[in-house]
Amino acid sequence: MSLKAFHVVFIAASVLLMTGFSAWGGARWRATGDVVDLGWCLLGGMAAVGLVVYGRYFLKKLKHISYL
Amino acid sequence: MEIPYTDKARPDTGLYNAKVGIWLFLASEIMLFGALFSSYIMLRVGAAAGVWPAVKLAWPHHLLNVPIGTFNTAVLITSSVTVVMAWASLKMNNFRRFRMFMVITILCAFAFLGIKSYEYNEKFTHYELRLKDGKAMTGHLEVNGKHPGFWSPSDLWNLPRLTSSNVTEVKFVADPMEGHGGHANHEEMTVKVDEISHLDAFIPRNHTFFAIYFTITALHGLHVLGGALVLAYFTFPGAGMWKTNPEQFTNRIEVGGLFWHFVDLVWIFLFPVVYLL
Repeated sequence: MSLKAFHVVFIAASVLLMTGFSAWGGARWRATGDVVDLGWCLLGGMAAVGLVVYGRYFLKKLKHISYL
Repeated sequence: MEIPYTDKARPDTGLYNAKVGIWLFLASEIMLFGALFSSYIMLRVGAAAGVWPAVKLAWPHHLLNVPIGTFNTAVLITSSVTVVMAWASLKMNNFRRFRMFMVITILCAFAFLGIKSYEYNEKFTHYELRLKDGKAMTGHLEVNGKHPGFWSPSDLWNLPRLTSSNVTEVKFVADPMEGHGGHANHEEMTVKVDEISHLDAFIPRNHTFFAIYFTITALHGLHVLGGALVLAYFTFPGAGMWKTNPEQFTNRIEVGGLFWHFVDLVWIFLFPVVYLL
């Protein structure tokens, strides 16, 4: 597996982490009503979307490099 | 005798030697960190029910600083992006961009370690106090007018040391009961040493949570430090190979980048398990 392929795996894992982080913030916000937890929820969601956009850009930019 | 496949990939496998080597090494690393993650989970599910510190053997929750942990996660994700961009720059024959991205990666590594040291300082200067009447609390300690510090191990206090140092009373600033880092007022009190049944900082010997937390995060921190030193070598003194054998140099950066991604991936698992759950 090349660095390119491992980077795609890493970004996918990061997207999952940020999605989970957003859900964690949302669950805490529902439980406590604390605006800081709502902030974590939004931040996690935005980071997940940002990482998906970056992942697409990365695949487009490095399409000539092998996955092996 | 020339060693084959140091720069060109072997035709039947599509791999050069160093790539096989790094993946074998990473497989052993997965086993190492896998064992530690398993230990963390086993210790956690085996902990007593209840709320720590009221229940001594319960699992402490929400002790770690989520904003700092989140920032460190962002720092490591950024460093993974820059290390792969450095490698891609070499593939495009752009050495200046390679060096710029590598410098950013190394700065991110040292920023991560600096922030982690700050977090360790928070833990090493935070205390668990139990009184003989059954009360238990956490907070910050003041002995003889001085707050214990992280960088001086002789500042670490516990009950036997207080007794042997003939300290009769200490000041204790207790955390709000609803958790650490809350906005409620911290209660300051003077406690007589002969009323104390247990006193220790948030250090490995105090609780299995701290033991496994410091073991995993310190091992991860050592990997970050080792990786940063290797990447710094490739960026500065080892960069001469770019002129003599650019293909092998690019392979070296790829192998370094694979290790760096592994270290960052460990943190991607570590952050939610230790900080959030």
